[in-house]
Amino acid sequence: MIRTEEMLLNVGPQHPSTHGVFRLVVKVEGEIIREATPVIGYLHRGTEKLAEDLQYTQIIPYTDRMDYLSAMTNNYVICHAVETIVGLEVPERAEYLRVIAMELGRIASHLVWYGTYLLDLGATSPFLYAFREREAIINLLNELCGARLTFNYMRIGGVKWDAPEGWIDKVREFIPYMREQLDGYHGFISGNEIFLNRVKGIGQYTQEEAIQYSLSGANLRCTGVDYDIRKVEPYSIYDRFDFDVPVGETGDAWARYKCRMGEIEESLKILEQAVEQIPEEGKVLGKVPRIIKAPKGEVYVRIESPRGEIGCYIASDNKKSPYRLKFRRPSFYNLQILPKLLEGENMANLVTILGGVDIVLGEVDG
Amino acid sequence: MTDENQNQPQSNEENEKSKVEETKNQADESQKEPKAEPTTPKEESPSNKESTKNAKEDTSAKTDKPKPKKDRPKRPRKPRAKKEEKPEDLGPSPNQPILDHYVNVIKTNLGEEAIEEASINRNSKDLPTIVATPKSYFQIAKLLRDHEELQFNYLSDLHGIDYETHMEMYVYLYSMTKKYSVALKVKVDREHPVVDSLTPIWQGANWPESEAYDLLGIQFNNHPDLKRILLGEDWEGYPLRKDYEPYDVEV
Repeated sequence: MIRTEEMLLNVGPQHPSTHGVFRLVVKVEGEIIREATPVIGYLHRGTEKLAEDLQYTQIIPYTDRMDYLSAMTNNYVICHAVETIVGLEVPERAEYLRVIAMELGRIASHLVWYGTYLLDLGATSPFLYAFREREAIINLLNELCGARLTFNYMRIGGVKWDAPEGWIDKVREFIPYMREQLDGYHGFISGNEIFLNRVKGIGQYTQEEAIQYSLSGANLRCTGVDYDIRKVEPYSIYDRFDFDVPVGETGDAWARYKCRMGEIEESLKILEQAVEQIPEEGKVLGKVPRIIKAPKGEVYVRIESPRGEIGCYIASDNKKSPYRLKFRRPSFYNLQILPKLLEGENMANLVTILGGVDIVLGEVDG
Repeated sequence: MTDENQNQPQSNEENEKSKVEETKNQADESQKEPKAEPTTPKEESPSNKESTKNAKEDTSAKTDKPKPKKDRPKRPRKPRAKKEEKPEDLGPSPNQPILDHYVNVIKTNLGEEAIEEASINRNSKDLPTIVATPKSYFQIAKLLRDHEELQFNYLSDLHGIDYETHMEMYVYLYSMTKKYSVALKVKVDREHPVVDSLTPIWQGANWPESEAYDLLGIQFNNHPDLKRILLGEDWEGYPLRKDYEPYDVEV
């Protein structure tokens, strides 16, 4: 008879599969996980505290560093919150540039997830392909705003710069290229037997559990909940585009994979319509007071980031900086279900489940 | 905002015209009229100077000069006053019946005193906002989720705010079935900030409540695992409180 005893295993904070500085204390019995305790906070920079001494425009670069894989959506959420409470209007062309930038960011973010997730599962080559396409997007965004990762592109009331000449055409050319590559991804991964065996039925939860744990994004939609803020509470100009929300059924890692890959396709659809509809000329920054003061009161807005529902709360006392700023960070909420998912699982599935949640630690820790 | 913007230039033009007339009478110069008709207030001041300069040259009416200058500081005050008046003119919110419905359901189930205040938040896309009393906070939250006509089954956001006189919890709820949102708030005593935990109702409130404890020092009754989630266990003080003294002042 083999004698087994429980063992404490420390995963992270410096571990490639945690995608950042995330620590997981796992109690294992043989190969089976009995208990998993996430330890977070290694990347806490106190953005909310810092913002209390900053003017509204100065907060925007800090949001870049929260979810650094899709900084455009973070830029947008703070601008949207201030625009809502002050009551500013955004010019048409700026709205389109914002949507194009955000959807490009969404694709780039999902590509990083796709590449690194398969790297976690042992497939090296998809990572190289995904980063090649991501590089094309980053180059586009670099041309738009001069930065590759921390864009600081959006401003309250519009965007910082108009797109350079011919940029819209470059986006137009990118769409069919990306579609072609996406077909390739499906060709060599989506039907792969080894991959399917590792994700099907793994990390499964029900619709009720997903709602109960406040999950959002693909983590929620993989269970069959049709919940995308772009559809249920359209912000910006998303009500002008015709697109679907990919919804899974099974609620396992395989459904989450399909949802995210579907979202890339839908983002391409939005991009296609946006580059056709965008006005040729026009202002990109609305009429904004030089010093922005939000009126006394509070506002909460939420938008759909690649990782789920990102919200921004501002309590204002009619000053140049917010009295209290709070970001509802999707990765922070999505991670809560992890201990429950890992309990009783095989040790080898730990990476599959953690990677499937798609966390960015800058966002978890705030 | 659009109404206001339209009104501003008009009133400025009127002011301007009256001033132009004043200076015209003083200087008796009809030629300056077309020059002194810009629409924006910025361009207006130099043109006024021009006309007053001319008044210097032609007539010796120096005593009349300060008049337009005295008027100038008054102008920025006018739009401010309008801004304050504006919310009153908005009329009833389209979400008012929805809020009334929520309030009715809560009051019939939990009594008249359960709700401290209920209003529409005009700044936040007409969001119905309910302020619960600390005693009824948990009961209202439970009712909001379980009642057949409400069904707020999704907790979207939960956080605390330090208002110096008191603490406040802000909870944003959404109903996946009814497609409605509501904000639930509760005021907490600042000296002894203790409030019921919502984790038994929504599992998703677990970490956000820990975060509120960590950064604001709010205690939660019946919370399964209240801990310093972002900062270290040995951290002193609660950083998001307004009277928090930073460890390193220069940072």
